[in-house]
Amino acid sequence: MAVTQVFGARVRRREDPRLIRGTATYTDDLTLHGLCHAVFVRSPHAHARIRRIDTSRAKSAPGVVAVLTGADLEGKVNSIPCGWQVPNCDLKTPPHPPLARDKVRYVGDAVAVVVAESRAQAHDAAAAVEVDYEVLPAVVDMEAALRSATLVHDDVPQNRVLLWSVKGGDFEAAAREPGVRVVRQRLVNQRLIPNAMEPRAAVAHYNPGSGELTLWVTSQNPHIARVILSGVLGLPEHKLRVIAPEVGGGFGSKIPVYPEEAVVSHLAVRLGRPVKWVESRRENYLGTIHGRDHVTDAEMAVRPDGTVTGLRVRTLANFGAYLSTAAPAIPTILYGLVLSGPYRIPNIDCEVTGVFTNTTPTDAYRGAGRPEATYVLERMMDLAARELGLDPAEIRRRNLIPKDQFPYTVATGITYDSGDYARALDRALELFDYRRARADQEAARRQGRYLGIGLSTYVEICGAGPSKVVGSTGFSGGLWESAVVRFSPTGKVTVFTGTSPHGQGEETTFAQIVAQELGVPLDDVEVLHGDTDSILMGWGTYGSRTTPVGGTAVYLAAQKVKEKAARIAAHQLEVSADDLVFENGRFHVRGAPDRGMTIQEVSLQAYLAWNLPEGMEPGLEGQANWDPSNFVFPFGTHVCLVEVDPETGQVRILRYVAVDDCGRVINPLIVDGQVHGGIVQGVAQALWEFAQYDQAGNLLTGTMSDYAVPKAAWFPKFECDRTETPTPVNPLGVKGVGETGTIAATPCVVNAVMDALSPFGVRHVDMPLLPERVWRAIRQSKGGSAA
Amino acid sequence: MIPATFEYVRAKSVREAVSLLQQHGGRAKLLAGGHSLLPLMKLRLSQPEVLIDLGPVEELRGVREEGSSVVIGAMTTHDELASSPLVRERVPLLAECAAQIGDVQVRNRGTLGGSLAHADPAADYPAAVLVLDAQMECEGPAGARTVPVSQWFVDMLTTALRPDEVLCRVRVPAQTRGQGWSYTKLPHPASGYSLLGVACLLSVDGGTVREARVAITGVGPKALRLPKVEQALAGKPADEASFAEAAKLASDGLDATDDLYASAEYKRHLAAVYTKRGLLRALERVRQ
Amino acid sequence: MNVTVTVNGVRYSRDVEPRTLLVYFLREHLGLTGTHVGCDTSTCGACTVLLNGKAVKSCTVLAVQAEGAQITTVEGLAQGDRLHPIQQAFWDEHGLQCGFCTPGMMLAAVDLLQRNPNPTEEQIRHALEGNLCRCTGYQHIVNAVQAAARAMSAAVGAPSGGE
Repeated sequence: MAVTQVFGARVRRREDPRLIRGTATYTDDLTLHGLCHAVFVRSPHAHARIRRIDTSRAKSAPGVVAVLTGADLEGKVNSIPCGWQVPNCDLKTPPHPPLARDKVRYVGDAVAVVVAESRAQAHDAAAAVEVDYEVLPAVVDMEAALRSATLVHDDVPQNRVLLWSVKGGDFEAAAREPGVRVVRQRLVNQRLIPNAMEPRAAVAHYNPGSGELTLWVTSQNPHIARVILSGVLGLPEHKLRVIAPEVGGGFGSKIPVYPEEAVVSHLAVRLGRPVKWVESRRENYLGTIHGRDHVTDAEMAVRPDGTVTGLRVRTLANFGAYLSTAAPAIPTILYGLVLSGPYRIPNIDCEVTGVFTNTTPTDAYRGAGRPEATYVLERMMDLAARELGLDPAEIRRRNLIPKDQFPYTVATGITYDSGDYARALDRALELFDYRRARADQEAARRQGRYLGIGLSTYVEICGAGPSKVVGSTGFSGGLWESAVVRFSPTGKVTVFTGTSPHGQGEETTFAQIVAQELGVPLDDVEVLHGDTDSILMGWGTYGSRTTPVGGTAVYLAAQKVKEKAARIAAHQLEVSADDLVFENGRFHVRGAPDRGMTIQEVSLQAYLAWNLPEGMEPGLEGQANWDPSNFVFPFGTHVCLVEVDPETGQVRILRYVAVDDCGRVINPLIVDGQVHGGIVQGVAQALWEFAQYDQAGNLLTGTMSDYAVPKAAWFPKFECDRTETPTPVNPLGVKGVGETGTIAATPCVVNAVMDALSPFGVRHVDMPLLPERVWRAIRQSKGGSAA
Repeated sequence: MIPATFEYVRAKSVREAVSLLQQHGGRAKLLAGGHSLLPLMKLRLSQPEVLIDLGPVEELRGVREEGSSVVIGAMTTHDELASSPLVRERVPLLAECAAQIGDVQVRNRGTLGGSLAHADPAADYPAAVLVLDAQMECEGPAGARTVPVSQWFVDMLTTALRPDEVLCRVRVPAQTRGQGWSYTKLPHPASGYSLLGVACLLSVDGGTVREARVAITGVGPKALRLPKVEQALAGKPADEASFAEAAKLASDGLDATDDLYASAEYKRHLAAVYTKRGLLRALERVRQ
Repeated sequence: MNVTVTVNGVRYSRDVEPRTLLVYFLREHLGLTGTHVGCDTSTCGACTVLLNGKAVKSCTVLAVQAEGAQITTVEGLAQGDRLHPIQQAFWDEHGLQCGFCTPGMMLAAVDLLQRNPNPTEEQIRHALEGNLCRCTGYQHIVNAVQAAARAMSAAVGAPSGGE
């Protein structure tokens, strides 16, 4: 039987039939006998002392099973720990009680939980919990928080979470070099709300007979959740099973282990009944992590010929009120270490101050640190180009790392695997017809139309990662990945992966890897994930690691299966394994194609075990744990065309070209989908999205009808292409692609709008570029009369 | 999110709805399409004890022509309005306005009467019905009465409708032949409500503006006609220069409220820009 | 209070509290969990179903308001093993990633294709403004709706999702 090439094919997704039929099971779709419903009571104040909580009225409300406060959890549910304690930065790790005890620290901080027979009854009773608060002054602004007498945590002076730095070369010296100009800009990278379409949810079930607790939870990493919750709940890890069923998007927001998950687990044990909690969108905005929120002062040293010789950044990073699971890594190693981007910048000096404020905690949001770094770098490249009168494409080209210099170690100390950055730039410019677009722009300006062209060339660090390296950065785990590839007696294949995809399509791409390697039909491969009971170990899906790390583990497990199958086939065909050829799922004797057996026949023999080589164990399965030697570094160039209406400040995107290089491509259809989704999130930060607090710490963009999640009509059709530079880091040659669009798109669009505004003398406007901000910038500029 | 409990009753006629309103006093609210009320109830910002559903009331449905007016039942949905051949032919401004409300699903459920009775300051209809000089036909315990639209919008979320009355129909004088129209809107990027919406009706005689009617919604506590703009246009050439000049008056003393996406100052600026653009669009239609 | 509705061709009669939203009625009383809840503000469209043939947000309709109505949910789109053209197109064109918005997105698309069997890209993007997707960037969704339009006009008599 001929097997077609499946690696690299536009294969339809195997996860889709259940999703398009509405038969998938998300956490909220689960129901169990005796299920009761939890609703959390949350603080309406950003900062307040809890004087008293009166639960008596709530306890007597219809259908109420239990009402608990922080005091009831004392000694039973421990503080929620931080999982990434970055060293050498004076990191403060104040406790994070699952229900606030003495003080609430942000609007949405949970103070009590109500359990009732129905969801509606739980809501009704939650409204009857009376909390007496002594309202305290709140700190919201980072600079104010560093100077304030008000402390979010009493034992964290100046509200300073950390002070982290990375230095390579000597920026001061670079800046002093004769002829060098230093371009300076303050850049605000605003706070965003992740907005996975499925809000968070948890269902916990406890079996008092076996002592086993099962938690179904909207998680990107159920194994990490199990390790952490085992500690928080004081349950032995083998008695805790965590399942991530169908998960409706995460974008980083479902990485952390949250208080609600611990409390719901505890409730199931305490009440002896299964308990479900489902977040409302309002709660999601308050209680699920936010992303970004940096203020950066950047300086770039550039020679008159456009050679960038140095970059210095001083960044304030808002951590919110508590330290979320991976939070310390985001504005430090995932930000500072990638500040060189795709360029040779010999002198880099980065210092990051983390700040606690009375706001929702922040953590990884799609890109996580890398979009913030790329934004700084790409805005500064444009400002430097403008300072020197250079074309933005030209200044980039002059600074790109040449393709013959890989592996290349940048000033921040990390080593890039492979790349041909200039090729991606050239291809993007060609696709965009850049010279002609510049000419059109000129012509349009003469007619009073303000077109702008923006570029961003980026490199991303992803595929985390070498466990040794991430361990040295304070991650409380490894970042290798596990896989099992198991044949059944009838020749069907089940793959178990420790990654936990939730929309990225690895049930399909991993099946493609296995189908290709083992020559089995794609439909004969099932990929399972997300259950700590059936999967050895796993570190989850985030940071564009699933395919480069998890996919490689699957590939290696398939190799082990193939090796064992070859030994069985050789034994049964009575030849040496070296004399066998494996083609299209069939072993045959070299030179004698008729003498052979299919891998399915081998599988049956492996399970029958009637005639196996001496000493061989029955069965056919391969298990592999892959710990990569390095990260992988996808890259690319995005170019877009915008038009600004000078009378209203409204921005319209007319064209968007993306050329990305994620190494070898397993499924182009899925890669395109990842790029499109990433672009939309990146563009949305540039133009529309922002989380806004008032001075008292109230979230003003507190519902989905206040916070602008982008809609279909706001975008043109994206024009996407790829270059393919395999990575030597893994045998598949694959890099990640889940975050590239988000990383590239934000500065690309902002650069385009600033380009459109250049006739007005506008140099920079902070994001999001809402019409009013653009209009004001035009009005306040020296060329404002042109409007 | 889940609304607080309430008692639910279906009215089968306007008369029955009125008597239910009388019976329950201030504890009851009328439920039309529910697209203003239910979202508030889900967030428990509104907790009526009784909901009187007007859904089954047949006499509140339908669009018909009566003389030189179009009479629209209060329970007519935005989508029915936007796609009604009669409305599109006789009051195309109202159809254009209805088509820009919210999104498809909202237009399939939300109703003209519900929106006008709720009087959200960021709703779209108010600008359109103001320039169209619509008449609100209400029924209460004392019988029927008609409120001219100029007296309808009292304040934010407040209309001339009495607590025991039902808004039954909206009578809209048909647009005249040759009259230009437009509804131009800047939607809130998240909610789809109007940050600003401008409705224009324009009559032109031999290149001169005979009559212009302009109203604005979304900027302040309630929708308004812009008489200064209208007066400035009368008798002026129907061209961009005079539109731009008159439109500047749209910003004059305009009571605007700050919004996260548009400050009062910016809204006042946009009022002039959208008025000018709305008039130009209306002029194109005069010429068509 | 009693509610009787026909969902996907099956008649159901249930006693519910008047405050029961249609989406919870479908999910919790009828066990049809393909319809999702993504927000509290009638914004996201994940809960979209067809009510008497028209797309509505079932989080903003009381179950009691649907008395006597014909409702189509995602579970009612396919005819046995045969997918509805919109489902087939979402699959073929990779119109979904996490799948959470997908049922509502498809039903909004069915409403569009009933009104306008041959929509332009711009009309499609406009018609989907009541449905948010955080994963796909919408491009493959637009492609899917175009593909479904082609398939549906090619196959006259293909099952419509409406009734």
